[in-house]
Amino acid sequence: MILSVSPHLRRLEAESIFILREVVAEFERPVMLYSIGKDSSVMLHLALKAFYPSKPPFPLLHVDTTWKFREMIAFRDEAAERAGMELLVHVNEDGLRRGISPVASGSNVHTQVMKTEGLRQALERWRFDAAFGGARRDEEKSRAKERIFSHRSASHAWDPRNQRPELWRLFNTRIRPGESMRVFPLSNWTELDVWDYIAAEGIPVVPLYFSKERPVVERDGALIMVDDDRLPLRPGEEPRMEKIRFRTLGCYPLTGAIRSQAETLPEMIAEMRASTTSEREGRLIDHDESGSMEKKKREGYF
Amino acid sequence: MLEATSSALRDPEEPSDGPVLPTLRFLTCGSVDDGKSTLIGRLLYEQSLIYDDQLAALERDSRKHGTDGDNIDFALLVDGLEAEREQGITIDVAYRYVSTPRRSFIIADTPGHEQYTRNMATGASSADLAVLLVDARKGLLTQTCRHAAIVSLTGIRHVVLAINKIDLTGYDQAGFAKIVADFEAFAAPLGFASLTAIPISARHGVNISERSEKTPWYHGPALLEHLETIDVERDNSTQPFRFPVQWVNRPDLDFRGYSGTVASGTVRPGDEVVVAKSGRTSRVARIVTYDGDRDSASAGDAVTLTLDDELDIARGDVLCDPKDRPEVSDQFAAHLVWMSDDKLLPGRSYLLKLGTRTVPVTITELKHRLDPSTLGERPGKSLSLNEVGFCTLAATTPCAFDPYKTNHTTGAFILIDRITNATAAAGMIAFGLRRATNIHRQGLNVAKLDRARIKHQKPAVLWFTGLSGSGKSTIANLVESRLYAHGAHTVLLDGDNVRHGLNKDLGFTDVDRVENIRRVGEVAKLMTDAGLVVLCSFISPFRAERRLVRELLDEGEFIEIFVDTPLEECIARDPKGLYKKAIAGEIENFTGISQAYEPPESPELVVSRNSETAEQAAARIVKLLIEKGFVDHIDELGDDWSI
Repeated sequence: MILSVSPHLRRLEAESIFILREVVAEFERPVMLYSIGKDSSVMLHLALKAFYPSKPPFPLLHVDTTWKFREMIAFRDEAAERAGMELLVHVNEDGLRRGISPVASGSNVHTQVMKTEGLRQALERWRFDAAFGGARRDEEKSRAKERIFSHRSASHAWDPRNQRPELWRLFNTRIRPGESMRVFPLSNWTELDVWDYIAAEGIPVVPLYFSKERPVVERDGALIMVDDDRLPLRPGEEPRMEKIRFRTLGCYPLTGAIRSQAETLPEMIAEMRASTTSEREGRLIDHDESGSMEKKKREGYF
Repeated sequence: MLEATSSALRDPEEPSDGPVLPTLRFLTCGSVDDGKSTLIGRLLYEQSLIYDDQLAALERDSRKHGTDGDNIDFALLVDGLEAEREQGITIDVAYRYVSTPRRSFIIADTPGHEQYTRNMATGASSADLAVLLVDARKGLLTQTCRHAAIVSLTGIRHVVLAINKIDLTGYDQAGFAKIVADFEAFAAPLGFASLTAIPISARHGVNISERSEKTPWYHGPALLEHLETIDVERDNSTQPFRFPVQWVNRPDLDFRGYSGTVASGTVRPGDEVVVAKSGRTSRVARIVTYDGDRDSASAGDAVTLTLDDELDIARGDVLCDPKDRPEVSDQFAAHLVWMSDDKLLPGRSYLLKLGTRTVPVTITELKHRLDPSTLGERPGKSLSLNEVGFCTLAATTPCAFDPYKTNHTTGAFILIDRITNATAAAGMIAFGLRRATNIHRQGLNVAKLDRARIKHQKPAVLWFTGLSGSGKSTIANLVESRLYAHGAHTVLLDGDNVRHGLNKDLGFTDVDRVENIRRVGEVAKLMTDAGLVVLCSFISPFRAERRLVRELLDEGEFIEIFVDTPLEECIARDPKGLYKKAIAGEIENFTGISQAYEPPESPELVVSRNSETAEQAAARIVKLLIEKGFVDHIDELGDDWSI
């Protein structure tokens, strides 16, 4: 389904391209955080547009928690191949050795060690001074107040009280040695903008966004897909086949599915317009308490 | 006429009774507690843009932190950061996204508390319209006026005066009319294109999405209705063409494109364009995009241009319409909104980011400060956080710009503190200074590098700095002799000699010392334009002066050589007998004795007279020049070059 791109989306697209080019022009070692989801797919597509006919002059980086859905990993490798870009994958080996997993350690510890610490290790390993992320301001309240160019100290911390004002499109990109910048080209996009743009531009996304019969168990009010045998079943739990899809993709035991009949992009967009819950509802990591995202960000989470 | 529907995200394809207008970016502002966050929360709620899980969290938070008893406190929805929820104030800009069948909105919710004026200016810089809230019970406050003034200063031309909490005045028409009259009187000189006053109650949803029967005396539109239908577009596509080059796109040797976003105007293949700063012209060959070549590009389009001719164009250059060019000047006057805790210091060097160009700049003079509530002029010597002033600035190199009034993209800049990297100020250019402004630089057919090429060298300035008697001139002489033997074309400027001619009108006061170095720097620059290797031997005790010369030249051309001879040794040598006089108090301001010498922090080369002879030092300098490709490598001379 290819639709024409609305003036609203064209304006968002041009703004994102400007941001991508600004980083490449002003930083020495940029990288694009590629997390395989729909936002990453759009961000990668925008990067191909921004630098054409050159290839985007930076690699893709995936911080692999080793608990991503198998379909996501397959999609990731294909996407990098299609784009003709280098893909760097980093796993927090120390976390693995310590036996950290969402099942054994709980979502908080798993996210802190495998995602936040893993990301910090990766940025230091390759000495990146700027990292693109696909976060949008409509996702969560503390993200709504984060800058497009978000300055991080040498220890990767975000200081919400001391953010640089962002005026016009004049981004202050100056950093000291050891400091870095997280940059969010999709800041002003909404979830619906992302899907409308995917539809209009024919951008490939992970098939998990579309409904299909998949094995699930219902746990604490969430539908958890049994992607492999690492998910220990509790007494009485019996995986059953249900038509489900995902609205947001994270680590598989931490991401709740929704029951859905939407097998195609138009059906899915129609279903989303009628939805009365937010996309992060399926993300179990945000539920611990309100303000939990801000806490994670101060510690260096994206 | 509008009903909140049950769907959270409504279909933009849904038929509506008017044309779909482009996205409206607006900000909400006004004094603290006037209800800005509540208004946005109410808008989201009435448009059913709050999801069930968000509403549940909101109800939970309302019981914990709310200020409205058991009712939902909509402000909590918007006040994102933890500290704000606890203190009950907004401390930063929050962005919100609202879509109705008729229009998409991007809302900047900006703080009302005085110390956060800089964030208000931040929100205003990207907005087309401002919703200014006033508490119906309190009327106009200083903050209201200050925000209206900043809105006007940042070039927003459309204002909605939302007179909130009208329920708390018993829907009093006369009170409403008085506030409107007061505001109109105040805002008349600010020159807004449209001003619409609406009585509202954000908490109770009066005149937000729909007109309310509570205010039968009010005949204007509800707030949302007004926002959905107002046309704020400035037609930037008919303005003169401006294209700040953001990134030079070179995938291979066959393709050289200039990537950027059209700031204003329209361009087509075949159009003549001029590089504002150099005055060189060419024609647009192609407009390249990932989706194929285009036959035109207009304001706001992110594209890549290729030209018919190979010109020397870099990031920061501005391609323009040759018949309607921007001003090009190194000095201009501008309004500044000061955003840093460190005060503005006239004379101090900042970095100026204007479009895609970043250059060092000095604020030469603060003409006056602006009264925050009236924009009237007030005297002042410096600016503190949140103050607004009118200043003159001098950049180290000419920049292309337009007055902010005519072009927001090519007329706006930020100042960056060179030590802390903080964004120190937002600036809006009023006009260029001095006659240089409208003398467009003559494009020269033969460039500096062409002249240097026929001599098989690259232009450079070797700047020898160090104490009097340290041996600068001795080494510089040796280096020049060796370069001459190499066939390099050089010239030597010596401190003492220059003072007999070009600078014989100058003395040794601080002002004269700075002027001395400035003139030498300009002469050295002209000589590099001629393609020469210029040797300069000057005590030049201050880092700032040496940096001034470095910044006059192109990247990599300035080679700072620190002749590091200890003071005791210089005194012992005293070749001209000057130290003796200085120590006896016969010479004032003598470097090393009665005036400090600031050694370079990162010179390209340090000569230590403790460990090497003048000849060895000269050999090392020549070797560096060969390695860096400034002069040709000539093997046959070998190591024995004694002349």
